[in-house]
Amino acid sequence: MLLSLVLFALGVGLISFLFLVNRQINEKFEKNLAGIDLVIGAKGSPLQLILSSMYHIDAPTGNIPIKDVMPYLNPKNPFIKMAVPLSLGDSYRGYRIVGTSANLLELYQAKVNKGRSFTRLMEVLAGAGAAQELGLKIGSTFQSSHGLIEDENLVHGGHDFKVVGILKPTGAAIDQLLLTAAQSIWEVHEHGGMGVAPAIEEEEEDHHEAEHQKEDSTELADPDHDHAETTQQVGPVALTNQENDYASEDHSHDDDHLESITTYPDKEITSLLLQFNGRSITTLNLQRMINQNTSMQAATPAIEITRLYSLMGVGQDALRWLAFIIMGVSGLSIFISLFSSLRDRRYELALMRTMGASPGKLFSMIVLEGLLLSVLGYLLGLLISHGGMELLAGEMKAAYRYTFTGRIFLVEELYLLIGALAVGFIAAVIPAIQARNTDISRTLAEG
Amino acid sequence: MLQTKQLQFSYNRNQVMNFPDISLQKAEHWLLLGQSGSGKTTLLHLLGGLLSPTNGSIVIGDTEVGQLRSAALDRFRGKNIGIVFQKSHFVRALTIGENLALAQQLAGLKPNRERILELLERLNIADKYRLKPDRLSTGEQQRAAIARALVNHAPIILADEPTSALDDHNAQEVINLLEEQARAQGSTLLVVTHDKRLKDRFPNQIEL
Repeated sequence: MLLSLVLFALGVGLISFLFLVNRQINEKFEKNLAGIDLVIGAKGSPLQLILSSMYHIDAPTGNIPIKDVMPYLNPKNPFIKMAVPLSLGDSYRGYRIVGTSANLLELYQAKVNKGRSFTRLMEVLAGAGAAQELGLKIGSTFQSSHGLIEDENLVHGGHDFKVVGILKPTGAAIDQLLLTAAQSIWEVHEHGGMGVAPAIEEEEEDHHEAEHQKEDSTELADPDHDHAETTQQVGPVALTNQENDYASEDHSHDDDHLESITTYPDKEITSLLLQFNGRSITTLNLQRMINQNTSMQAATPAIEITRLYSLMGVGQDALRWLAFIIMGVSGLSIFISLFSSLRDRRYELALMRTMGASPGKLFSMIVLEGLLLSVLGYLLGLLISHGGMELLAGEMKAAYRYTFTGRIFLVEELYLLIGALAVGFIAAVIPAIQARNTDISRTLAEG
Repeated sequence: MLQTKQLQFSYNRNQVMNFPDISLQKAEHWLLLGQSGSGKTTLLHLLGGLLSPTNGSIVIGDTEVGQLRSAALDRFRGKNIGIVFQKSHFVRALTIGENLALAQQLAGLKPNRERILELLERLNIADKYRLKPDRLSTGEQQRAAIARALVNHAPIILADEPTSALDDHNAQEVINLLEEQARAQGSTLLVVTHDKRLKDRFPNQIEL
């Protein structure tokens, strides 16, 4: 009886766990799609490009020069509704720092909760989750480290990022990010060669020497580090408004401090997120054109995510079948245990008949027992899956920077209850018929 | 109170059992004697409505038992007939008190704790109310079984070899209790046995 219960709970738990994981992963992926039609980045795996640029869970593929993507950054380009540059590769205590432009917020429909967006160099707008986990408040400062894992040896010394705003939670990957201007990333990587915001200039001077040496050693350990080549091409960042052909309309409010990144055609970014102005032959051909004729690659999120689903799908299907088999076996085990316990309880059943119980009553008693077992198993299973999800949530968060929860209940779980009751009923129905047909006289005579 | 006419029963076609007509009046105590295989358990099951006769009629009170079908018969049996079996069986998962309450409930009556305690008191096993049946001795179990047969004030008490598994002392006690309790509530008592020790106890006897 106990074995059947445990088996049943295991089957239910596994299925419900799959539901939970599946639902939450789908939700995250869907939320992060954000209407992005094309991602342009360095050559490599298109899936990796999508994962790193949109979901922030894989390493970036490499960098691309801004001059190669100039046409897409031009706000006058009739085919492109929005273009968001991303500079990836740095982090603070495991949370990714993303150098970008302010229209990223528009793309994810993220709203500033406290403070304001970044408008100067080294200013940071923190995602809600990142701010909470890192204990960042407006005015907090921190230093970034190179790479996406926490490593004290790779800290970019001397350059303090300053938090100027915190976002409202969105449920998308942006919650776990630290957003700053793309220029800030270059700034950090170029050893303060560019003009810096006055607020941190003094401190900058003090640490300059020490930091320089440290950076050099870091570079040896990390040969594909990308900042060396851009050092010679530093010029003071004009912190004044300047008419610029490429100046994005989206940037009008922060043009006071930062220029459009198109001012620096020789700098690099990691990738570019594009939203088209509707679909046309041109936009359809764009991906092929980029992939064939340039040293960059372009990837369509929808296609890559579908590919990812189909890859995960195989494993999920296998697990789901396993869960159904476990449930089937547990149903069988409920059947067997009910059936064999009937042998022991024959006399009790006959006794109840003599005390006035009708055959129908015995039938419903046994069916009830099967149903009770399955409901108990179901509840135990949900406890396992939701409890397990809660326990795993911490680990999954550490690994993917995504928040998972076991505190949601799905409609599918209601269907699962119906399924569980059906298994309990089917397992109990034959023993119940036997109980109903108990020959009282013979059973008592054999007594 | 209980009459049978030309009662016939057959387990299969070749073997037909005929039973003598019997007629028990209210509050009478009878002994039904017979060798093993003489069909006395079959007769008891017929009278108790556990088997349906092939032919003939059984009338209990003013109900023709043979006419009742399934659920109605079950309810009738629960309310009107208390049966004490040779070996006392209980629902093992329940306590003695719960077993008696179950008997009331299955007969369609409300569980009545006072009635149960009073009965157990009279049978001297009130302290076993909260115990599981297997914690009781054979003699105590038989008393609890008698309590169960009596709990619904059944007008007819049937006892199937109530003493055959007991030693002289306990057999004497059980039969005394049966008679006492049946008399106390004016029930008709029919004891079916091959136990010679009981032969002198009952003036009213039927031999099969």
